[in-house]
Amino acid sequence: MSSRRSRTSSSRMQSSSSSRMTDEQIHDLLAKLQALLPEARLRSNDRVSGARVLQETCSHIRSLHREVDDLSERLSELLANSDINSAQAAIIRSLLA
Amino acid sequence: MENPNPKSLMAAFHFQRALSLVHRTASKSSRAVRGRRIQCAAYASMAYSAGPRRAWSRALLRRLRRAARRRQPRAGWRRRAAAGAGAASRVATGAAGLRRLVPGGGGMDYCSLLEETADYIKCLSVQVKLMQSIADSASLCGQL
Repeated sequence: MSSRRSRTSSSRMQSSSSSRMTDEQIHDLLAKLQALLPEARLRSNDRVSGARVLQETCSHIRSLHREVDDLSERLSELLANSDINSAQAAIIRSLLA
Repeated sequence: MENPNPKSLMAAFHFQRALSLVHRTASKSSRAVRGRRIQCAAYASMAYSAGPRRAWSRALLRRLRRAARRRQPRAGWRRRAAAGAGAASRVATGAAGLRRLVPGGGGMDYCSLLEETADYIKCLSVQVKLMQSIADSASLCGQL
């Protein structure tokens, strides 16, 4: 079962915060995380193991961090040439578009 | 951005304020410094719009306030936080990897870690979409 490995790795924590953490809860949370992954990372057949979901989630977060970095650089260049009003206009346009 | 929901509106509001601050205080700085300030602004506005209800946003806000108090915006604090884990963060996957990647992840129990991760990913995605549409909008119209 997918939850077995995660259970053993966190058994100490689970026993200390006892009753509320059931396998089913963990399974639901992992399913929620799997649903957040972009399509490319999800295998089309479900029943991916919990460890795999965690691994893909780590990669997904790392790629999101990289996107923020890249977009920050791009924005610093784009906004350098404009005044603050056009920057604010760009934000409002992006919300309305 | 179709159907701006409250979350993305709040993120946009905070990010716009942070961008104004960067523009006011760093418009003469180098592009690299500005880029880092904007990167900090992105994480700060994410944390502000999530508010104190989430452990990850509280941890991020603590980290940012500590950096601000030191008065030296340490360059690439996010990169260094990730690089501090070094090769381990590249290799570490699973729950240990998540604890390094999600702010405040170190002190949580496993279930909370999973919940916080889900919320963190949602807010990160909103922030990325926001920055993408600003960049697209600015590059379309900014050069006129």
